[in-house]
Amino acid sequence: MSGGCGRNPPPFPDNEDQEAELDTRVLDSDEDDDDEGEDIFTGARSKPITPTSAPDEGDIFSEEGSYIRSDVHHATNGLHSDEELDLFTEATVELTLTNTTSQGRREIIGPTASACNTTHVPNSILKPSIVTKTMEELEEEESGDQFELNIAVTNPEKIGDGMNAYMSYKVSTQTTLPMFLNKTFSVRRRFSDFLGLYEKISAKHSLLGCIIPPPPQKSVVGMTKVKVGKEDSSSAEFVEKRRAALERYLQRVVAHPSLLQDPDVREFLERDELPRAVNTQALSGPGLLKMINRASDAVNKMTIKMNESDNWFESKLQEVENEEQLLRRLHAAVDSLVNHRKELCINTAVFSKSVAMLGSVEENSALSRALSQLAEVEDKMEQLHQQQAFSDFFILAELLADYVRLLGAVRCCFEQRMKVWQRLQEAQSTLQKKREAEAKLLWANKPEKLQQAKDDINEWESKVSQYERDFERVTCTVRKEVLRFEKEKARDFKQHIVKYLESLLHTQHRLVKCWEAFLPEAKAIA
Amino acid sequence: MTSISEDSDKEKVRSVSVDLNNDASLVIDIPDALCERDKVKFTIHIKTTLSSFQKSEFSVPRQHEDFIWLHDTIVETEEYAGLIIPPAPPKPDFEGPREKMHKLGEGESSMTKEEYAKMKQELEAEYLAVFKKTVQVHEVFLQRLSSHPMFRKDRNFQIFLEYDQDLTVRRKNAKEMFGGFFKNMVKSADEVLISGVKEVDEFFEQEKIFLLDYSSKIKDATAKAEKMTRSHKNVADDYNHISGAMNSIAADNNTAFKKHLEKCAEVFEKLRKLEDRVASDQELKLTELLRYYTRDIQAAKDLLYRRARALADYENSNKTLDKARLKGKDIAQAEENQKQCLRKFDKLSESGKKELTSFKARRVVAFRKNLIEMTELEIKHAKNSMSLLQGSIEILNSN
Repeated sequence: MSGGCGRNPPPFPDNEDQEAELDTRVLDSDEDDDDEGEDIFTGARSKPITPTSAPDEGDIFSEEGSYIRSDVHHATNGLHSDEELDLFTEATVELTLTNTTSQGRREIIGPTASACNTTHVPNSILKPSIVTKTMEELEEEESGDQFELNIAVTNPEKIGDGMNAYMSYKVSTQTTLPMFLNKTFSVRRRFSDFLGLYEKISAKHSLLGCIIPPPPQKSVVGMTKVKVGKEDSSSAEFVEKRRAALERYLQRVVAHPSLLQDPDVREFLERDELPRAVNTQALSGPGLLKMINRASDAVNKMTIKMNESDNWFESKLQEVENEEQLLRRLHAAVDSLVNHRKELCINTAVFSKSVAMLGSVEENSALSRALSQLAEVEDKMEQLHQQQAFSDFFILAELLADYVRLLGAVRCCFEQRMKVWQRLQEAQSTLQKKREAEAKLLWANKPEKLQQAKDDINEWESKVSQYERDFERVTCTVRKEVLRFEKEKARDFKQHIVKYLESLLHTQHRLVKCWEAFLPEAKAIA
Repeated sequence: MTSISEDSDKEKVRSVSVDLNNDASLVIDIPDALCERDKVKFTIHIKTTLSSFQKSEFSVPRQHEDFIWLHDTIVETEEYAGLIIPPAPPKPDFEGPREKMHKLGEGESSMTKEEYAKMKQELEAEYLAVFKKTVQVHEVFLQRLSSHPMFRKDRNFQIFLEYDQDLTVRRKNAKEMFGGFFKNMVKSADEVLISGVKEVDEFFEQEKIFLLDYSSKIKDATAKAEKMTRSHKNVADDYNHISGAMNSIAADNNTAFKKHLEKCAEVFEKLRKLEDRVASDQELKLTELLRYYTRDIQAAKDLLYRRARALADYENSNKTLDKARLKGKDIAQAEENQKQCLRKFDKLSESGKKELTSFKARRVVAFRKNLIEMTELEIKHAKNSMSLLQGSIEILNSN
């Protein structure tokens, strides 16, 4: 299994400075890569929100940290020269392809690590269709080099009309990994393609106990609005939300060491035309079947009770379940913040107009001027609040939503292990039955059936030992996966928290500037 | 149950109107207030060098209803018809925080000790904010009276300040209150009168146009400011919930994850306090300013109304005189009536002009003061937020 203990968990990418070029109108061409940032909440193409003094601001507000769309001007510089590259400035995913069996860098995670190292060479587990690595690749893996793989999802475009319309997204990859045909390439994919990818990955890897990143959720309501052609801010918002979610999804997939090796993933990124994934529609036959399966799984989960040799799994699962609940609560609180901030935004705008009206009526000229200045300040406040709400949502709320679902995926992982255990149990009990049958036959002295019975026993004995090995492997994988996940989660959260605090800092800084500019106006009233 | 006590920046924080305590001969302030059930008891503190008062420094407890009584007696005093009567302070409204306190008490068992303590603290801050507002507005009312050359000499005002027993016995009884209500109704019908009456004086014509327009705009601005302030408070509330939720998650954890979340929860907690301060300062400086001047504009409009009434009376008296001359009866009486009406009208016009002019100046000064103070506070809070955030980012990055 190439998902090794020896891997350096990749940091999660920053992607906030993507030029999400929202074309809410049906486009004639996608050459129209506008440099202007589109205002998510109003859907209107507006001038870059930053006043031109922005570039002069101190280094704390450099692009690295901020999620503010107003920093669009930075991207503008790069965009003219090298469009492809610039998309990736913040989309870096660092990967290490160290093999478990390599002597290269290997982090000892805990006492369990050593147990894992005695497992088989990965290749027997992976699907046989995996392309044999070149000598070069293997060597590089051994030495534990870091490769770059940057993925960006951009340029949402509406294809078609009416209820058959769909959004197509550009998936661009930039990489130095030798397993890809090119260094830079892009393809167009639609939402069902992403779901199809998930289905494929899930089918292959979840049985092994991997944590499969869940794809963004389907939304019949959201998509219908887009299809119908409602070009308002809410459908623009929806498209941007989905675009960002798809990007994060892909970034998580390739950050997973064994998933990156999967040819389906490579095909998804590279191949020009992908066969349409038809089993992903919510209301299709296979879709319903999936729902039924999930329901029966849930029932099974309740009835399985494992004998755990060590408590780790039981307590870990409990932890995961608790955390999921608490994250939901936190997400709800952040959601409320986003809504209230949007409200604040609207109320500030309305107030600003009202003050402007008051200023126009005021007879004292200095006061009148000050009041119209106040109206302008409040107008700037509105923009600040809007940007902050954007950050609230995309940095914090979406992170939490992702992790609620990821924790669900972790739970699935545990469930898989339980299924494997169950299969082992069943095999063991079948073996037991076969042995009893043999004993009966011996007693009843029926030699002709005895051979059959012996064959049966042999068959089931080998099955049992196979399933035992499977269970061992899954146990080891799940443990590793959970530990990797926790590391990444800590890193992810820290990164996003810092980014979010930086966005708040940026807003407060702009606030100070606005009010400081207003103060002399207020003092000038006479 | 709850009371506020004097602190050094209360002076700065409070008056929406300015220069009201300039005259050392009569200095009034409200250093303390007590909230009991439905009633708020204000402690009025007076320092005076005027001989008309018995003592030079003393305090007296008064209820909100006493203020209303004082206001109404002044309104009904014919002599003051040509003056802008300082608007009555609105009734203290503790309904909001009281309801929340009640709900909190009921839900005490369902939340953790820390959460309960935090929410209680929040509510107490809210109570305090309402207190500040109501004390400010009552104080300003008295200060307007004390700084006005005519009102300060008013006998009822003196009684209000000096009478060392409960004023209840002197307050309006039910019948009189009804009369007041009726008068208000008639007045609003007469607002049409103001716009309708033909104006002879250019000054008053301008004032009329200005006040009518300004009045509707400032009412609107007040309402919008209130909504904006409420949104700020909601955001602060959300910060609180986020902080609590983060702490819950951190409590269960044992890793770096825990540390990050705890730090972030702490930041949100502090941000909440700052956001709360921003909201309440905005309310005190901006929203209250607008509210107060909405009422003051109304008082100015009332003055115009009274003058318009007097003008209408004068015109009627002219007509009566003409009729009397035609009929040859009661001429002297009609002449006397006419002279009186004219005198009244002229007096109202003269004092009205003075009052409205000083009202302009007062308004400009008040806006200036409050806008400056609000801006300075906003800058202060934003800078505090910035240093909080910068510090936290550094700590998180260094971990």
